[in-house]
Amino acid sequence: MFPFLYEWHWDIGHYLFMGALGYASAVIGLGLVYCIGKSIIDTAGEDENAGH
Amino acid sequence: MTTPAIPEGVKRCGSRQFLLWLGVAALVVLWGVYAMYRIWFYGLNQTNMNNAYGFALWIWADLAVIALGGGAFFSGFLAYIIGLKNVKNIINFAVILGVVCYTSALLILGLDVGQPLRGWFIFWHANVHSMLTEVAFCLSVYLGVLIIEFIPVLLENPKIQKVRFFHHLSHNMHEIMAVFAATGVFLSFFHQGSLGGVPGVLYGRPFAFREGLFVWPWTFFLFTWSAAAVGPLFTASMCRLTEAITRKKLVKDDVYHLLAKISGWMLLTYIIAKSIDTIYWATVTAPSMGFALMDFYSNNPLYNIWILVAEIAVCGFLPALILITRKGRENKKLLFGAAILAIIGLLINRWVMVLQVMAAPLMPFQEEWFMYSPAWTEVATSILPIAYGIILISLAYRYLPLFPQEKELNPGN
Amino acid sequence: MEKIPSHTKKRHFGMVIDLDKCTGCASCMVACYSENNISFRDEESVKMLSTNWIQVFKLTNGKPFPDTEVCYLPKPCMQCDGKHFGHSPCVSVCPAVATDFDYPTGIVSQIYTRCFGCRYCMAACPYHARKFNWWDPVWPADMEKYLSPDVSPRMRGVVEKCTFCYHRFQRARQQAYNEGRPEDIREDEYQTACTQACPSNAITFGDLDNPDHAVYKLKNSRYAFRLLERLNTNPSVYYLSTREWVHRAADNYLEHEQPAFSEEQQA
Repeated sequence: MFPFLYEWHWDIGHYLFMGALGYASAVIGLGLVYCIGKSIIDTAGEDENAGH
Repeated sequence: MTTPAIPEGVKRCGSRQFLLWLGVAALVVLWGVYAMYRIWFYGLNQTNMNNAYGFALWIWADLAVIALGGGAFFSGFLAYIIGLKNVKNIINFAVILGVVCYTSALLILGLDVGQPLRGWFIFWHANVHSMLTEVAFCLSVYLGVLIIEFIPVLLENPKIQKVRFFHHLSHNMHEIMAVFAATGVFLSFFHQGSLGGVPGVLYGRPFAFREGLFVWPWTFFLFTWSAAAVGPLFTASMCRLTEAITRKKLVKDDVYHLLAKISGWMLLTYIIAKSIDTIYWATVTAPSMGFALMDFYSNNPLYNIWILVAEIAVCGFLPALILITRKGRENKKLLFGAAILAIIGLLINRWVMVLQVMAAPLMPFQEEWFMYSPAWTEVATSILPIAYGIILISLAYRYLPLFPQEKELNPGN
Repeated sequence: MEKIPSHTKKRHFGMVIDLDKCTGCASCMVACYSENNISFRDEESVKMLSTNWIQVFKLTNGKPFPDTEVCYLPKPCMQCDGKHFGHSPCVSVCPAVATDFDYPTGIVSQIYTRCFGCRYCMAACPYHARKFNWWDPVWPADMEKYLSPDVSPRMRGVVEKCTFCYHRFQRARQQAYNEGRPEDIREDEYQTACTQACPSNAITFGDLDNPDHAVYKLKNSRYAFRLLERLNTNPSVYYLSTREWVHRAADNYLEHEQPAFSEEQQA
């Protein structure tokens, strides 16, 4: 899975496989971070409005 | 005023009746859990597998539930990417069915491996050339996507909605659901395909082996296509079953008709491709290894040519032709009869691509077919997911607004 | 990717088994059990649950008496080179690289502590050469003292198979190195246990690519063939037989097809 492991080879198979997997994981991870972050901001905004 | 746990405007059965229903399913789960204990504690000698059947009932169950759970990814594709709004009326149910199927698949895989505690090796020491590695990665990440798709539905529970953060989270996740769905479709395409690749690449097994495109055997594409075709039919059939059990209309007929029409055409194109693949394999691939078609369908007590006829004609062309005609779709009995046939066809396909592959003798001096019947432990752990699915779907149906059209269709509540 | 280090000599170990010499005595099996610490159980009647790295099969020509002929066929792991060199059926499918093709020797390895028991390799192997440890390995009390220290016993839940007694190769290489002749391993210094145990000298072992080794000549014999050759697995185990029906029994043929070898042609 990582370049420091015995079975790793710098070849096209690893680039494609790990690249696609990393891309998909990044999209999912960033999407989640966006949702959670925006929800925190939205909730904080509501609290501020309620305070005024 | 306290907020009710049951969504507003819908009617559910009494708690006692509900608990009794769950109790029956829980008994089946317990039976499965006992079998799990036997397997994990005493090892795989508790099964009927042997050195000829390294792959057996569990691998079939895995392939089957993942294919049937394909309804989630394809419905997601139709709803969020293609933008068919009508499909959104069943998408929540498709997602939860997907969660059941995929968690079951992982559980069964956890039982099937000889050293479950080393399961992480498949990720850490990944061989990127193995179809099983691709399955493991895509399946795990896709299960994550399914859970992400399920979270907003879960957050719709009236009690949870009271918490403002969760209210916003569910809204924000809905907003960008298309991104998650698209990633899910990408991952599904690969793991459904890789599951087809699992038997397809076995060039030492002439019954399974197929030529293909680049590193992907034809079974890669056939498995993806068949899961996309039959998955939504499974979703629709399970939804219809839920309607029958709850004695309520939950989804409008036009949703069923739309899914049936799309699945019908998908099934027809799949079964044509499958027929071409079978003809090429029977006339070119297998003979090049010294096998005639009937070598795989004779001299054994179970696998005769009718299994091929059943898969392709009775459970392939027949339901496809019913589903592509308006008359067929609008007749409920025909529609769901065709759906059940298509599901059986898919199950037969996955069965032969695992079990018949193991059964067929290869060395001429070993004339006997290797026959196998599963042990009770294998059966119990394969039935467990059904009972677990019943429990999860029952809980979701009771406490979450799964069906957007329910209130409209049942105004008396 | 450099598959063989520059200082390593490339070898291609293989075996030639003369089926006309094999008497079916199964000494090879016994030697293998002993050499490789293969466990066994009280109840061994279900052969597909047994662990054996070499198994002797009895073949008959199917003819009634007095034309009946019998042939015994010992079957170790074929150490397949694969469709493309190094892509053995089992190696290419293992998801965790628990089995690997050793380019310097042509031997397919099995890493027991890496294997997590998915059995995909067993599904891929047409020769049923791979065995799964369905039970914990157990030996009768005193036998444990006789286990070989060179071979690790395998735990429950992993796959194992013949390694061409790879530990013997390591020992021979070590000795050659100590004697100041690295990479110069003589033919008799590395022989498998089954080869040495065979009382009728039916098994010959060596470097298939080395013209000085006996197997080099034997594998090129007109009587040589390999098991299920048409599957393109490219086994490193060859068989010899002067009998046509044995050649036919080693592979699958359509009704109108004939094996490459025929007795008539030879006559």
